[in-house]
Amino acid sequence: MSKPKSAYSIPGKKQKSDTHVIVVWVDNEAGVLARVVGLFSGRGYNIESLAVAEVDSKLNISRITIVTTGTPQVIEQIKLQLGKLVPVHKVADFMRGDKKIIFKEMALLKIVGNNIKRKKAIKFCKKFNPVVLDKTNKSVVIQITALRREIDTIMTDLKKTGLVSVSRTGAVAMTRGAEIFK
Amino acid sequence: MSKLYSGAEIVFKCLEAQDVEYIFGYPGGAVLPIYDELKNHDSIKHILARHEQGAGHAAEGYARSSGKPGVVLVTSGPGATNAVTALTDAYMDSIPLVCISGQVPTHLIGTDAFQECDTTGITRPCTKHNWLVKDVKDLSKIIHKAFEVATTGRPGPVLVDIPKDIQFQKTKYVNLIKRKKLNGKIHNKFSQGEIDQLVKLMVNSSKPILYTGGGVINSGPKASELLRELVSLTGFPITSTLQGLGSYPGDDNQFLGMLGMHGTYEANNAMHDCDLMINIGARFDDRITGKIDEFSPKSKKVHIDIDPSSINKNVKVDLPIVGDVSEVMLSVIKTLKKKHSNFASSNKEKTSKWWEKISEWRSVNSLNFINSDKTIKPQHAIQRLYELTKDKDTYITTEVGQHQMWAAQHYKFNKPNRWMTSGGLGTMGYGLPAAVGVQIAHPDKLVVDIAGEASVLMTIQEMSTAVQYNLPIKIFILNNEYMGMVRQWQELLHEKNYSESYTAALPDFVKLAEAYGCVGIRAKTPDELDEKIKEMINVNKPVIFDCLVDKEENCFPMIPSGKPHNQMLLGPNDQKENKITGKGKTLV
Repeated sequence: MSKPKSAYSIPGKKQKSDTHVIVVWVDNEAGVLARVVGLFSGRGYNIESLAVAEVDSKLNISRITIVTTGTPQVIEQIKLQLGKLVPVHKVADFMRGDKKIIFKEMALLKIVGNNIKRKKAIKFCKKFNPVVLDKTNKSVVIQITALRREIDTIMTDLKKTGLVSVSRTGAVAMTRGAEIFK
Repeated sequence: MSKLYSGAEIVFKCLEAQDVEYIFGYPGGAVLPIYDELKNHDSIKHILARHEQGAGHAAEGYARSSGKPGVVLVTSGPGATNAVTALTDAYMDSIPLVCISGQVPTHLIGTDAFQECDTTGITRPCTKHNWLVKDVKDLSKIIHKAFEVATTGRPGPVLVDIPKDIQFQKTKYVNLIKRKKLNGKIHNKFSQGEIDQLVKLMVNSSKPILYTGGGVINSGPKASELLRELVSLTGFPITSTLQGLGSYPGDDNQFLGMLGMHGTYEANNAMHDCDLMINIGARFDDRITGKIDEFSPKSKKVHIDIDPSSINKNVKVDLPIVGDVSEVMLSVIKTLKKKHSNFASSNKEKTSKWWEKISEWRSVNSLNFINSDKTIKPQHAIQRLYELTKDKDTYITTEVGQHQMWAAQHYKFNKPNRWMTSGGLGTMGYGLPAAVGVQIAHPDKLVVDIAGEASVLMTIQEMSTAVQYNLPIKIFILNNEYMGMVRQWQELLHEKNYSESYTAALPDFVKLAEAYGCVGIRAKTPDELDEKIKEMINVNKPVIFDCLVDKEENCFPMIPSGKPHNQMLLGPNDQKENKITGKGKTLV
């Protein structure tokens, strides 16, 4: 890079980044997802995964779960900036490792291969509540629920058993015990 | 059964309910039903701009000088995209604007229809919120909500996009319902505990400084009064950002002048060396902080702001107080009076050394410049303009560049809402249309746009608006034939490679004024300057004042590249010793 000349602002020291899960309750109206996602892209924040669906059809509330990485300062900004959006009702935030929170992702895995391979694939998935959604004499579609990295691992394992297609959701989160998100 | 109104009628019923007196706009196909309805509403006057950007800036000038939201009315497609610069400008400087845009009929949305654009998509990042009205039944609710969002909390622009068929459809009108709780978006929940902590910090500080910003202006005239009371009660020095000018008298002894990139030596050094910094309604902008790692390293920092997302965004603070600055200041004043009734006298001794230090910095006289009797120095021109207009309750707008900084440095404001400048976005071409809006709000006051010849050409067409509505705005152009600030950076930072910063083929501004039907005045030498300025003030018509100034004057002081507050470049004499060196420069 050639030496830049007209400078005013110089980036400060970088802090350590952490992965967080941000849960946002929003009015389910046109463009609300674009507002949330646009805020992330416009301000240069990351989105690792995103899951969104209506959770209360009477009050018209959708719940958005976003996995993101950032320094503590950035995570704080994400929460405050989200809180400023008009259709946003509340924002919750957790570290990925938080023991009080359950995170889950779902994946659909299509295996094409002979009977042995298909059986082997289902066995690989045993730990992750496998449900066989579709079966032919050449293929099988398995649904599993697990953590992101577990799905990452199993995908490598299943390569040898004829994995041809994967469809994954973003992570969703829920508190353990009787408590709910505030 | 209650009466049915068309969408266009509902727009006006809402505007009437919101006490709107002026709309700034430009008609077009998709807003024709609304324009058609205009004639039936005498209390609302439409100001026809010559470009939608001009309409937007005029509404900003109106809003900033009057404290009321500005209303903009534009058509779909190019009408809306032209308004984007003004909306973004208002977003950056927290100006309440309500922009109503026409849209192609509902059934044509998404078909790439004539003059269609995704207005809500385009304006989403530059408004606080926007709405596409899909059902006429929602229209009145949405418009009232739009005013609420624009004017509450940290103010800002909003946009309501109304398809043409919705403007024709009929429904009942739902009147404005005043609500107490506003969707949890208003943050005014500071506690007495926080105030007590702040007061404790103030009592213990020996090197305090108040750093105030546009939030004080936005909080209303009451905030400026409270600020004055707080400053006199504490005896603390005070400095202000570009946007905060006027909230505290510029000629007062406790005022250190503006801070930041082109701020005074005393303000920036005091910010750097203080032990307590109380930020009231400012946002630690990069033009204020300079190098962030070395920003005011020894101080406890307090940040009072209505927007929680402003806190800890750029600078980590020790005590954040989220709330309306008026109410926070009121609590601080009350607590100070109750618990520390002799604060001012006890504090005087404690801060006496600090004030001595400040006087030392002051004696550097950093706004000084070498005057000339042959060419008009731009700083001199502003000083003369100030001296000749200071008794008149003058409203000043500016464009963006050197002239803007000179105006901020040399024009002293005593009241809030008298200074309208594009600080956040830095929009060249802001000042002329803003002056139009200011003059609309204050028809009998003197309104001067301190301009540069490059900036003013960006929105010069609005002279026509000024002439049409008999708005005697004064366009005071500091003409150096260069984009001055660009030229200055090129001189100091790019080895005098003046790439594309000279404007050849400038128009003759006096003839241009005449072409628009206003008055043109030219000043060439310092001797004639005062007479010509007086002539300008006395003309009851719009004036373009072409003030030919030194072409190579630079704006000092300046915090150079990648330097903290205490390493400023002063005037020409200082430059040789304080060269900007190569290390660690990134482009901004």
